[in-house]
Amino acid sequence: MSLIHLKDVVKSYDMGAEIVHALSGVTMDIETNEYVAIMGPSGSGKSTLMNVIGCLDTPTSGLYEFNGENVGNMDDNELASIRNRQIGFVFQTFNLLPRSTALHNVELPLIYAGLPAAARRERAEEALAAVGLSDRMTHKPNELSGGQRQRVAVARALANHPSIILADEPTGNLDSKTGIEIMQLFADLHERGNTLIVVTHEEEIAAHAHRIVRLFDGEIASDLAVETPLVYERRE
Amino acid sequence: MLRLYEIKEGIFIAFGAIAANKLRSVLTTLGIVIGIVVVTLMATVIEGMSMALDKSISSLGADVYYLSKWNWFGHEWWKSRNRKNITFREAEQLRQRFTHAEAVAPVVSSWQQTIKYRNRSVKGNLNGTVPEYEITSGVVPADGRFFNEYEASAGRPVCIIGHDVAANLFEREDPIGKSIKIGGYNYRVIGVLEREGDFLGTSFFSKDTQAFIPATNFLKIFGTNRSIDIHVKLSKELPKDDAREEMIGVFREIRGILPGEENDFGVNTQDFLKQVFDSVVATIGIVGFLITSLSLLVGGVGIMNIMFVSVKERTREIGTRKALGATRRAILFQFLVEAATICLLGGLIGLALSWPLSLIIDEILPSRMPLWVVVLSLSISICVGLLSGIIPAYTAARMNPVDALRYE
Repeated sequence: MSLIHLKDVVKSYDMGAEIVHALSGVTMDIETNEYVAIMGPSGSGKSTLMNVIGCLDTPTSGLYEFNGENVGNMDDNELASIRNRQIGFVFQTFNLLPRSTALHNVELPLIYAGLPAAARRERAEEALAAVGLSDRMTHKPNELSGGQRQRVAVARALANHPSIILADEPTGNLDSKTGIEIMQLFADLHERGNTLIVVTHEEEIAAHAHRIVRLFDGEIASDLAVETPLVYERRE
Repeated sequence: MLRLYEIKEGIFIAFGAIAANKLRSVLTTLGIVIGIVVVTLMATVIEGMSMALDKSISSLGADVYYLSKWNWFGHEWWKSRNRKNITFREAEQLRQRFTHAEAVAPVVSSWQQTIKYRNRSVKGNLNGTVPEYEITSGVVPADGRFFNEYEASAGRPVCIIGHDVAANLFEREDPIGKSIKIGGYNYRVIGVLEREGDFLGTSFFSKDTQAFIPATNFLKIFGTNRSIDIHVKLSKELPKDDAREEMIGVFREIRGILPGEENDFGVNTQDFLKQVFDSVVATIGIVGFLITSLSLLVGGVGIMNIMFVSVKERTREIGTRKALGATRRAILFQFLVEAATICLLGGLIGLALSWPLSLIIDEILPSRMPLWVVVLSLSISICVGLLSGIIPAYTAARMNPVDALRYE
């Protein structure tokens, strides 16, 4: 059984005058500990696919099974719960709470998971340590650099030990040097057994993944394994 | 089901949001502040007045009737003007013929008489009465004693003075046995009454500022042509209403009133005070309620408005929270707590303002801010917050996470 199983997934939007098919029949499987890049030009449906995989949205038709559970039948609370426990989001714009410390930001999914305060703190500290920010825990987002903010966001995605990490253009708001840092971090996470899905339109970013799925007009144009994924030399 | 961590997180976020928009939050609460100030001051005054009334009423006694030429309240006073005076003779007849009284005490009074001791003087109401007054009024001498039957009938120049009179005339001396001057005559002080406190918020009718002499002596000074009051304390043998009717019947006979004619005297009790008080309280209550509801309504709409702004501003935050696993209920709750916290803040500001105001009002009207008023105002604030937060919070809760995350 695949971790993620999509079969003939269609997502269409009723725009009044016409019905727009953002996804028109997508079939794919993603296994545990894969590192997949989803690519495509704007309007290709990659964001919609990410929303469906991330359980932010449900397909109009077709089957989406997450860990063997049919997401299409889930109500709002079940979707919230699966997002909370199974999926770690990393956004292009970081989406940190500006007035909260790094620690509280990372604790947020744990709060919604209902963890007691002590366990929350321990897990959040652990996640921040995993992204190398142990010394920035009490800083607020505006006291951190762009790269550090994105690492806080990655720590937040990791905090609840999700089944997949779903990153939407994670380097889109970073300069190339800090972008490389984040991709190194992703490579580390993958090595440690995490499943990663990165949505991007940059070839260089996608080159880090072990599998690249290209979308065009709401359909999968190609789905290829990467022979030699790009690995940056460690500076240390 | 609400979980504690959700409450804590809600309050935490609410304080963060309020702290980030301090001026906006405080301005928003203005309506709530005004509402709370009005409601607390209103309750403070009502509470203070009813305390004063309870004290005054208990000083009157529940089963004491006051037969008087005048009705205390609610009667056309100009009609009373032409009534026959009530006399000591009538009081004596009532005492003999009405058998259901524990005590009957005629009292004749003159307002604002000068009472002198050496070079000091005070003004106070002077009463001429009989020893039974001690029973009908329930006065207790703190020092010395009330005058006795012998002193009263013989017209001995003795007097009992109220607490304030004693305090003002005799600074460090013991008043008992001292000679004071009332209406040009010397009187020996034989008793000082216990402190009674203000009556209906004024010292004028309080026994503290009064002096009591035997009726015989009073008549010697002021003559016999004033109407007296008869204080009747009913005995417990008959039900109160029966005894009262009996008393009125006997007194009508004494006054020679034919059946079918109206009483030409007033039968007063503390109940009248209560009635007047209740109507005053009702007026204060209605006016206060209108002002309060209006300002709370305006305040509530203001809160609702600012919450809509807050929800709109934080659309992305809501999207992020939802992506991280916040349920609709968690989002709803977060904004409800925020609205309630802003209103609670308004309530606290209102209380902080009305506390000094209540002290100022206390100079004019008896007032008192009890704990329940504080609790009530804070509860009202929270309720207004919850009510006005519902729609914005609901809007936030049912946002689609995809749209919310994309919101610029």
